[in-house]
Amino acid sequence: MEVAAENKVLSFVNGWERPTEENAVRKEALQALNAMEFPTTRVEDWKYTRVGKITKRSFKQLNTTIDTSPYIIEDLDAHQLVFVNGYYREDLSAIKKDDALTIQPVDRVDDAYYGQLVEDIDENVFSLMNKAYSNGGVYLHVAKQMKVEHPIHMIHVLTGDEVVANPRHFIRVEQGGKAEVVTTFQSEKAEESFSNVVMEGHVEANAHLRIHKVQTEAKNCFHIANELFVQDEGSQFLINTITTGSRLTRNGLNVIVEGENCHTEMNGAYLGTDRQHLDNHTLIDQLYSNCTSSETYKGVMDDKSVGVFNGKVIVRQDSQNIEAYQSNGNILLSKEATVNSKPELEIYADDVRCSHGSTTGQLDEEALFYLRTRGISEKNAKNLLVAAFIGDVLEKIDIEPLRKSVDQHFLEEFGWEF
Amino acid sequence: MGYTEDELAKDLESQEYKFGFTSDFKADRAPDGINEDIIRFISAKKEEPEWLLEKRLQAYKAWMQMKEPEWAHVHYEKPSFQDICYYAAPEQTKKYESWDDVDPEMKETMSKLGISMEEQKKLTGTAVDFVMDSVSVATSFKKKLNELGIIFCSFSEAVQEYPELVKKHMGTVVPHQDNFYAALNSAVFTDGSFCYIPEGVTCPMELSTYFRINESGTGQFERTLVVAEKGAYVSYLEGCTAPMRDENQLHAAVVELVAKEDAEIKYSTVQNWYPGDKDGKGGVFNFVTKRGLCEKNAKISWTQVETGSAVTWKYPSCILKGDNSTGEFYSVAVTNNYQQADTGTKMVHLGKNTKSTIISKGISAGQSENSYRGLVQIHPKAENARNFSQCDSLLMTDRSGAHTFPYIECKNNSAKIEHEATTSKIGEDQIFYCKQRGIDEEKAIGLIVNGYCKEVLNKLPMEFAVEAQKLLEISLENSVG
Repeated sequence: MEVAAENKVLSFVNGWERPTEENAVRKEALQALNAMEFPTTRVEDWKYTRVGKITKRSFKQLNTTIDTSPYIIEDLDAHQLVFVNGYYREDLSAIKKDDALTIQPVDRVDDAYYGQLVEDIDENVFSLMNKAYSNGGVYLHVAKQMKVEHPIHMIHVLTGDEVVANPRHFIRVEQGGKAEVVTTFQSEKAEESFSNVVMEGHVEANAHLRIHKVQTEAKNCFHIANELFVQDEGSQFLINTITTGSRLTRNGLNVIVEGENCHTEMNGAYLGTDRQHLDNHTLIDQLYSNCTSSETYKGVMDDKSVGVFNGKVIVRQDSQNIEAYQSNGNILLSKEATVNSKPELEIYADDVRCSHGSTTGQLDEEALFYLRTRGISEKNAKNLLVAAFIGDVLEKIDIEPLRKSVDQHFLEEFGWEF
Repeated sequence: MGYTEDELAKDLESQEYKFGFTSDFKADRAPDGINEDIIRFISAKKEEPEWLLEKRLQAYKAWMQMKEPEWAHVHYEKPSFQDICYYAAPEQTKKYESWDDVDPEMKETMSKLGISMEEQKKLTGTAVDFVMDSVSVATSFKKKLNELGIIFCSFSEAVQEYPELVKKHMGTVVPHQDNFYAALNSAVFTDGSFCYIPEGVTCPMELSTYFRINESGTGQFERTLVVAEKGAYVSYLEGCTAPMRDENQLHAAVVELVAKEDAEIKYSTVQNWYPGDKDGKGGVFNFVTKRGLCEKNAKISWTQVETGSAVTWKYPSCILKGDNSTGEFYSVAVTNNYQQADTGTKMVHLGKNTKSTIISKGISAGQSENSYRGLVQIHPKAENARNFSQCDSLLMTDRSGAHTFPYIECKNNSAKIEHEATTSKIGEDQIFYCKQRGIDEEKAIGLIVNGYCKEVLNKLPMEFAVEAQKLLEISLENSVG
């Protein structure tokens, strides 16, 4: 497609291909891109994260295949959906038979339904780029009052040099349905590649959705995720986000609570080394009464890494009896590491119990000393304490085989044993 | 507390702003608007030296390039800077040798404000530098302070008499191009207060200044500079009231504190500018830049009780430059009706072993919006820095908003930073308990709110604490949701 050179966004996507099949979401996203610019740190939402490292490069799409065996989690009895560079590879996937679950291309989401769901929601330039140029992704549909027996494992693999992946997924859990999703993001021989992910969902009345996201891409890659979930009355939603990968990661997670008696839970662990920049940006928007939400994010930053946490809870007018809890803890392991924490509360109703806490510090000297007096080496003592600190979040992963694989990753990567 | 329940009841009956009156002076006014000529006019009027005019013009040039900040969580109609009169002085500008020489009308005004000079002199041992519009007209206790070498005078007087002190310190903490309103202030400021405590001197009394916006349509651009030399101590009070007015008035002050080695400055404010009426009409825009610089072992403590102004935009800050320096911020911010406040602090840790404490209590009533916005920044060289922040918000009605926006930036791993915030309303059980004991609801709320703010009110000097408690109760009248 020919583009005007002066628009940086359009020249960034120049050369990317779009699927021939057009729909409203794609068309609108493409149109909206014309008027977009990349955010600078002067934009409040991007105050602590510079995207120049991504936007000054150019990336290409690449549809290829891989050997999936290293990416399959041992003992995890799950539906396996494989995405290579954002392209859905049905041939590599293994789907079990389950009446509760229907898997279709994401384009099958009804335009009118979708349009209404995401109405009035501001989208950033990366989300729009994904929607306009996404070449793959799935629409997971969970039927009314039914439970998907096995977890759904969405395996994302980034491979190749300077490749962009634009996977876009939509999960709809109908009234009373239940599902558990594991999404993993890994890379294989990938250099300077970019995952630009959009994951959206609708948790309808009394439905339950649990998501565990583990991102361990190579440290010269980039990862931007835009996640949006809408909750209806009586629904429960949980998302755990574990991040150790990428040179620059931005997890943008928004939950809009559009009904009473909902519960929302977000947990996150981010561990940075080298020059990694890990940003977790969350929003819980409480529009109705009698809801609860809980948010726990923990970060450990080493070397010259930068950790960012920006969590916001909005309680709208007349949304009474809300309990919202938010906490962010950070440990700096090295002199040159940085943490920027910005927990926010925006409250327009009075009958609320909202609190947030944020701490930043280093490992407790006394605890270290105690362990050392017990004959534990300094290195092991440190690892033990860090593992205990992060352990709070990892405990939220209740799928045993997944937990094991995460523990294994930490052991290999950082030498931490849980 | 010197304030009885009957008095409170009376105040509650007359809900109108109690300090709303205008005194009739003939002011020496500059034409409305801002341009280089106006700045030259102000400078000439004040008989200022050339360097100060230069600074003003530099600030004006910088200001012309700037845009009004919009990041704050407030909405208001932007003031038109060309419709503001930047200079108005009461006609009586000659200096008084004794209190008897002062214009009776001015005395009257002061007694209405409740700061009768005689009473102040006798009872409180407080020196008052009273600013009527832009020119200060009376300064007491000067002689006593003089003996100790303490300088406490109006800013313009300081420019005339101690130009080297002013030149040395002015703009060192808040540079003229710092931000939109600070730049505007630096260009057009008319007067303010100057305070200098020499090395090793502990100021024996609380220094206080009362500001008052008087001339209709006059924006007030004060400048306060407090310098505490090595080992000095001063406690400085600032209190504000403004007459009732329908159009919005702009107040853009700059306060600079310089605490040299081992010095301590305690700066307390009770802010009660006109907040607008019940429908949110009128009221003062309070866009203030307050900042203090701490050298080695120095300490700066900001305490504020904010109940007034239609829109407040204020972040008293501490630059903890020297090793072992300490910054403190204690704040109570009350908003009612349609008031909007975006206030908090900045603690910038540069030196080793620097400590800061932030206690902020917000109370929102009516349809108001009350935000805490604070920055804690630990620079790479700030070893063993320590911060504790606590921000509580109390919601009185279901139409008010309470927001917390803390920014925590840490670039040193030996730092310990804690931040916690809560938002809730007054417990029904607490009110029930009070009512059970025969305390009516309105009083019960007064009681609970005062208890809630105790941590901050305790930090105020005695005279202010009483006034502040009174203010809190009056500000929250009929606000029970």
